[in-house]
Amino acid sequence: MPFNRKAHKFNASINEVEIGTGDKAIKLGGENTFPFYSFDGSLGSGPKIGVEITDLGLDAEPEGVKAYYAGCNTIGEIAKKAAEMPGGDFVVLRLAGGDPNGANKSVDDLVAVAKEVADAIDTPLVVEGCKNVEKDADLLAKVAGALQGKNILVMSAKEENYKAIGAAAGLAYGQKVGAESAVDINLAKQLNVVMTQLGVPASSIVMNTGSAAVGYGFDYTISTFDRVRAAALGQDDKMLQMPIITPVASETWAVKESTAAEEDADEGWGPVEARGISMEVQTATACLVSGSDAVILKHPESVKTISRLIRELV
Amino acid sequence: MALSGIQIFKLTPKKNCKECGCPTCMAFSMKVAQGAKQISECPHMSAEALEQLSEATAPPMKTIKVGTGDNEHTLGGETVLYRHEKTFVNKTVYAANICTCMDDAEIDAKLAQVPSVDYDRINERMYTEMINVNFGKDTTPERFAEVAKKAAAVRPIILSVKDEAAAKAALDAVKDTKPVLDGADASNYETFSKLATDAGVVLGVGGASIDELYDTVQKLEKLGNKNLILDVTMDSIKATFEAAVVIRRAALADGDRSFGYPSIVKVNKLTDDRELQQSLVALFTLKYGSIVVVDTMDYAMALPLYGLRQNLFTDPQKPMKVAPGIYPINGADENSVCLTTVDFALTYFLVSGELERSGVPCNLIISDAGGLSVLTSWAAGKLSATSISKYVQENVEGKIKNRTLIIPGKVAVLKGDLENKLPGWKIVVAPLEAVQLVKFLKDMKANGEI
Ligand code: B12
Ligand code: SF4
Repeated sequence: MPFNRKAHKFNASINEVEIGTGDKAIKLGGENTFPFYSFDGSLGSGPKIGVEITDLGLDAEPEGVKAYYAGCNTIGEIAKKAAEMPGGDFVVLRLAGGDPNGANKSVDDLVAVAKEVADAIDTPLVVEGCKNVEKDADLLAKVAGALQGKNILVMSAKEENYKAIGAAAGLAYGQKVGAESAVDINLAKQLNVVMTQLGVPASSIVMNTGSAAVGYGFDYTISTFDRVRAAALGQDDKMLQMPIITPVASETWAVKESTAAEEDADEGWGPVEARGISMEVQTATACLVSGSDAVILKHPESVKTISRLIRELV
Repeated sequence: MALSGIQIFKLTPKKNCKECGCPTCMAFSMKVAQGAKQISECPHMSAEALEQLSEATAPPMKTIKVGTGDNEHTLGGETVLYRHEKTFVNKTVYAANICTCMDDAEIDAKLAQVPSVDYDRINERMYTEMINVNFGKDTTPERFAEVAKKAAAVRPIILSVKDEAAAKAALDAVKDTKPVLDGADASNYETFSKLATDAGVVLGVGGASIDELYDTVQKLEKLGNKNLILDVTMDSIKATFEAAVVIRRAALADGDRSFGYPSIVKVNKLTDDRELQQSLVALFTLKYGSIVVVDTMDYAMALPLYGLRQNLFTDPQKPMKVAPGIYPINGADENSVCLTTVDFALTYFLVSGELERSGVPCNLIISDAGGLSVLTSWAAGKLSATSISKYVQENVEGKIKNRTLIIPGKVAVLKGDLENKLPGWKIVVAPLEAVQLVKFLKDMKANGEI
């Protein structure tokens, strides 16, 4: 008997969300199959890669990242270089300096940084907050306003502050909104429901359903992706059909494997930077094959590798 | 194909004698169909019926063993495609590659490198479990056998070879170590099946396409050989991914038993690029590789990979917890400084590992936080100033004289509240990540703070 191949097709698809403007604009989502299952259907525009920079400059970055940006003195120059990184599709500005328990930069200063970045690049821009929900509510709303017309994606709208961020970014200024929830399908859905009730069109929402470095609670991340996609495609659940974006670099470059200097690490671990790249590459791969439509990375080597993976599989 | 209760019922003796513990043969049949009873529990079943039924009620994917003794690995036996449906049972094993095309020095160096990656993570041993021995061009059977023997002394091996004489020579040398003979295809399956069966080893079978592979598996099954592993490596990354997914799905979702075998993916054949290899090994860990072969497994590649695998194969229903208590580290006593964290096993092992490395005697205090990570338990209200202070007052103050408590950096917000709730204690906020503890404690010590 020859192999009787059963088709696994869905009558639903993931929304296609455009970010950026002009020639360099990109679309996230659009697929009607599980990740990379091109043998079952369409992958839409295929997964995309964001290149992360932060307002904190390069001092704390790994050597390979510093080397890539060598000669850049302003955040605008860094952004321009990030936009040119081979394999990258968009730039991600993480406003980490806003953290009240960290550098605690003012909202005005950070809005100015966001403007400088947006003016320096013609690729799509994604802006992430500082993780403090009160500060982000104010900061991201103002960033959305200041960059009106750029069609940026404003991340980090959470249960606690989605009203401020959603209303500003998604309604007042016509930007795209990133809905961030904590590794749970019900929380992801709930946030999309309330966000659309607020009036933000479903087609303007991208989800961040949670992320972690592999080995650090990543089991829940995988299952959340798996279940979200099964519901979106298998049950045509409109409130889970948003494309998924996953910050990878900010998780993977913080864990021990990527930070312990060779002399402080366990025996045999070898140079720290190679370990950091491995963490980033493998976590990004795992996110993409589980459901992310876009991953946010920062090391040029990781961006190169993941873009090659995507090219091979799309 | 799984049988329905009615189909099973037709094969029962219909005596309704209740000896199986069910009121009727029909009730028994229903239970068997659901997997709640074994067909062998009916003592009156005819031999033909038994054969027909055991075939039909067998698990969808075979469990295959390779290697021997402590080096035996169990592959396959999965019942679901996604980990939230049911726990995955047999974790992916990894193999490093050597080839007879390498010179002896290179082979010896690689064989020496393989055991160098070997460590514990949350009570699980992490190491490269197997070695793939590839038959290079122009290799004599003697050399292949000799290299195989060397490799088999280090780890269970996969013999990747399509040359019959070489396969035979190698099997003669290493068959007792239970290697995989990976070399059967549409052209040689009869001879290779005989080689594998005679040697009592698992046969790896490949093909140029999914259809060709299927055809060859069916022919092997007809020869009576069901001790198989499917080599799903095709000529491109895309085709290999498709094969890995389509084959596992056919077995588990569509009940096609001929594809119900573990798989092997040779990532080393798909690209020479090390970075892309590590991306692919992660990919095929998630998508259905039972054995994945890479050129070289070094620490940088292993650390994330084994963490990923550990996450993937955990039981989705129950978090891994440790018992609340005072854990003295580095010979700590009642005068040693105290630190606190949660009872999530991963967190506990990461934190206690760093504390040990610091060499500083200290007491690690674990209170009940529902088995959740620091931020998760804090967000869930299970780790609070109240929960910590209560635990410290009830279980620590009577036993420990030291009054400095170091708290995780991620819950720095608890400091003020803890100071109020724990009079007499000095509350110190630690850095965010456990890895920073070594320096932090050494600095505190140098400054005379502890
Ligand atoms: C997996 C996960 C879950 C799993 C839980 C798994 C588990 N056993 O904990 C599930 C899905 C159940 C879950 C649920 C929730 N989660 Co959750 N979860 C995560 C996730 C993805 C990973 C957590 C993890 O395993 N980390 C790894 C462990 C090892 O980290 P850790 O315990 O913090 O330990 C590290 C450090 O803190 C340090 N450390 C620990 N102790 C000590 C001690 C000292 C002295 C020192 C120096 C250092 C130190 O060492 C470790 C390594 O460096 C994180 C996001 C992320 N990427 O972190 C969100 C996250 C923690 N979850 C979050 C939330 C909100 C929740 C929920 C409350 C959501 C909800 N509304 O229901 C629920 C609560 C659970 C409940 N109701 O029972 C938020 C917390 C937000 C916040 N800042 O407060 C996070 C950050 C996600 C997010 N960005 O929104 N979650
Ligand atoms: S033991 Fe067999 S024959 Fe007797 S009731 Fe059960 S199924 Fe029927």
